[in-house]
Amino acid sequence: MSTQLNGAQTFDKNKLTKIVFSDDTMQTVQKMMKRYPEGKHKSALLPILHIAQAEFGGWLSPETMDYVASVLNIKPIEVYEVASFYSMYNLKPVGKCLLEVCRTSSCWTRGAEDVVKHLEKKLGIKEGETTKDGMFTIKTVECLGSCGSAPMLQCGASYHENLTLEKVDALLENYRKAGKQRSYTDLDYKNTL
Amino acid sequence: MGIKLLIHNDKVPGIETLAVYRQMGGYASVEKALKTMTPNDVVEEVKKSGLRGRGGAGFPTGMKWSFLFKPEGVERYLVCNADESEPGTFKDRYLMEKIPHALIEGMITSSYALGAKTSYIYIRGEYFYVARILEKAIEEAYAAGWLGKNILGTDFSHDCFVQVGGGAYICGEETALLESLEGKRGNPRIKPPFPAIAGLYGCPTVVNNVETIATVCPIINMGGEEYAKIGIGKSTGTKLISASGHINKPGVYEIELGLPVEEFIYSDEYCGGIINGRKMKAVVAGGSSVPILPTELILKTAKGEPRLMSYESLSDGGFLTGSMLGSGGFIVYDETTSIVKNLYTFARFYHHESCGQCSPCREGTGWMEKILHRIVEGHGKPSDIDLLWDIQRKIEGNTICPLGDAAAWPVASAIRHFRAEFEEYVNHPERIKDVKHYYSVQQVSEAQL
Amino acid sequence: MAKVTIDGHSIEVPDGTTILQAARMIVDANNYEGANIAPPTMCYYSKLKTSGGYCRTCIVKVTKGSEKDPRPMPKPVASCRTTVMDGMEVVNITSPEVLESRKAVVEFLLINHPLDCPICDQAGECHLQDLGYEHGLAKTRYDFERRTFEKIDIGPYVKLHMTRCIMCFRCIKVADQITDNRFQGMLFRGDASEISTYIEKAIDNDFSGNVIDVCPVGALTDKTFRFKSRVWFAKPMDAHRYCKKCSGKVAIWLKADEVLRVTSRKDKWGEAEEWICNECRFEKKKTSDWIIEGPRHIDRHSVISANHYENLTKLKLDIGKQQKQLADKK
Repeated sequence: MSTQLNGAQTFDKNKLTKIVFSDDTMQTVQKMMKRYPEGKHKSALLPILHIAQAEFGGWLSPETMDYVASVLNIKPIEVYEVASFYSMYNLKPVGKCLLEVCRTSSCWTRGAEDVVKHLEKKLGIKEGETTKDGMFTIKTVECLGSCGSAPMLQCGASYHENLTLEKVDALLENYRKAGKQRSYTDLDYKNTL
Repeated sequence: MGIKLLIHNDKVPGIETLAVYRQMGGYASVEKALKTMTPNDVVEEVKKSGLRGRGGAGFPTGMKWSFLFKPEGVERYLVCNADESEPGTFKDRYLMEKIPHALIEGMITSSYALGAKTSYIYIRGEYFYVARILEKAIEEAYAAGWLGKNILGTDFSHDCFVQVGGGAYICGEETALLESLEGKRGNPRIKPPFPAIAGLYGCPTVVNNVETIATVCPIINMGGEEYAKIGIGKSTGTKLISASGHINKPGVYEIELGLPVEEFIYSDEYCGGIINGRKMKAVVAGGSSVPILPTELILKTAKGEPRLMSYESLSDGGFLTGSMLGSGGFIVYDETTSIVKNLYTFARFYHHESCGQCSPCREGTGWMEKILHRIVEGHGKPSDIDLLWDIQRKIEGNTICPLGDAAAWPVASAIRHFRAEFEEYVNHPERIKDVKHYYSVQQVSEAQL
Repeated sequence: MAKVTIDGHSIEVPDGTTILQAARMIVDANNYEGANIAPPTMCYYSKLKTSGGYCRTCIVKVTKGSEKDPRPMPKPVASCRTTVMDGMEVVNITSPEVLESRKAVVEFLLINHPLDCPICDQAGECHLQDLGYEHGLAKTRYDFERRTFEKIDIGPYVKLHMTRCIMCFRCIKVADQITDNRFQGMLFRGDASEISTYIEKAIDNDFSGNVIDVCPVGALTDKTFRFKSRVWFAKPMDAHRYCKKCSGKVAIWLKADEVLRVTSRKDKWGEAEEWICNECRFEKKKTSDWIIEGPRHIDRHSVISANHYENLTKLKLDIGKQQKQLADKK
């Protein structure tokens, strides 16, 4: 297995100007930064990246990350380092609904492989790919802490548990109708801060 | 019914709200601690209770608390480890989702004991919606004066925040968690210094698991000595067990430590036996990292005594014939399960989650996964089994953090107890061809009907 | 002060000294040849704060914790990050167990290394080569495809050949501690980690060239020296010039009158004595730019010394002595 990775990414300065948090979101972000002691606002990087990902197209482009760096007043490389470390940040564009199927032991023993195969057949794509209409991406992930309700998949902020193939079909139908997944910011997040 | 201290109210409607939680006797420990006890008294009670860390290592909590360095004028922090990522473990999620206030209450009482003005709950990123539940609960607690300035009119003030992670198993390791909480990559720190001396932002910090912190409430309410009477020997109190795999009733169960393993698996009160009435083949008793044990060794120790759900009994016999209680992630495999394929899913997991900081783990976990992949695909070589054994032995103990050990133990135990199965795979790949090795989703749902 | 015993050699060291530093002190105090009991290091660099602990090649066993608490430590420890305690006893090369663990670490470091020494500029002064020679297996047991990356330029002078990297973090620490801004970092995780700038960026800093000197392998190389010569064909000379940015004290590597490359002066442990600036390193390539002090001392264990004439007079005397002894015997 050769692991040729991302290498150097392209960076478009013109795009950067279009990436700005709305006033509402900016307030949330500022409140978030205040949770940490003076000068330690970098702590807010992980939650802010989640917000940025939800706001700017479901993935973190280099431009988005540079913007986040400027908001937090840190070096861009510090953001790249963090964003590339954690598995929930997408560094490449993904579909509107990211279907993350757990495949570690407990889910595997109860048929996670069937779920993946079924999804692949149903959507006509392979694991890691996005449908042509940009609606769904299938991704296999490691344990999501839902072993007692295996098999399961996560889509955005929602857990779908005790899956059967019929449930998967219904799920796809629902998402297609909704046209989007529930994301981090959809959870009514900012109103409570 | 055994004794339940943590999730006895989980079915009460509205228990996630402060009003109902309070009605059921919630926040009593905060009242008792702040009004009638000194911080030191609280620590002493926890020490007396014999409570051991519920995250996996089983280190005595009271002792961990007493190590906290307390220089004048330096902030101290309590950090709750809610980065529950050990495969097979989902108890913390259940607790936080059903009774979020149990955790908040524990956070306040524990922070009072440690003198922490601020505490953070670091929750794994995938648990978005649970973080949301917790935030709602915190908001309620602030409104009712359980958090904020001068709680209950005392001079104890406390702030509690939720921090969401980004998806990394390694952040369950306490120093990696602190790094992540500081907004960095989740690379474990090199110890010493330990967090009790220099933790979050270089300040003295205690990191405890969700269940450990929640358990502080019943301990303060009933008294440490009373709590220590529950359980068996040095395994005091109750423990949340996440049961999954080929059992009839997967889910989270609170058990009194000392419950026989056999009863836990087969009684209707708990797991309810194996699905489709099949035979059990093996059990991982405490989350993916602990050694897998075959049926004969999980039900009875090597000495022939019944195996109990306790720290001591499960580790009886060391790694040769025993395992560990770990985080309480109890995965049961029936007779049709392929141990080799199952091990492959574990090896893939550890390879995926290795942070890449130190060489044995970074290179070794990937190597093991590749070899196991080859074996599972039917291209294994007879020498692969010994090679696997050698690699795991060389990772174990040579890494910065325990992830290396955690990756090595499942491999070691699977080869130790199921070597014949590995040999079958490498010597007769044609026999394993086309065998599915797992239940289809259909079979599982039919069995549950 | 704390008394520590390593492989039977005792020394008194200030509190807070690490086992590794203590071992180096023992070697220095006794004038031992080569590294002797000092554990090898791939990631530790005494001049970089918080370096070390990652590569695990310097692991040793603590057989006695301290006078107060004589219990041995249960696992091998990284000697570069473990401080000594009074009465501590440590085994390094006298412990078969430690040597076994070190061998394991070397194997792990090598499984994804390309072993392209024949075309690598670092060959001859590569720490991984030395380590592999001393502790490695003759044959690899790894039969999968190795990890590869595209080569990238970081700045006009430095080539990053990630495939060779062993992830010691030294270059990141140099950027953090020596230069005023950092563009490269550790990206991704696990065995997919890579040092990268992520987006194309020229590193523009007067001291960025020092990453070449700290790199223990050939992952960061000098573009002005690439493929010019094997290091052992070049003659290292101590030289200096008056530089406004750095001390100007360097080692220049000559081939006839040509300055093939300029590096910092490396001490016994392979560490730069002083950081040098990019102007000295990359732009001063004429002998007339430098005031040459004399041949640079090279450890006799190094392949570079094979071609070296530094101690020619002494060598002639030694040979003369030996010949005389032989003649006397007859």
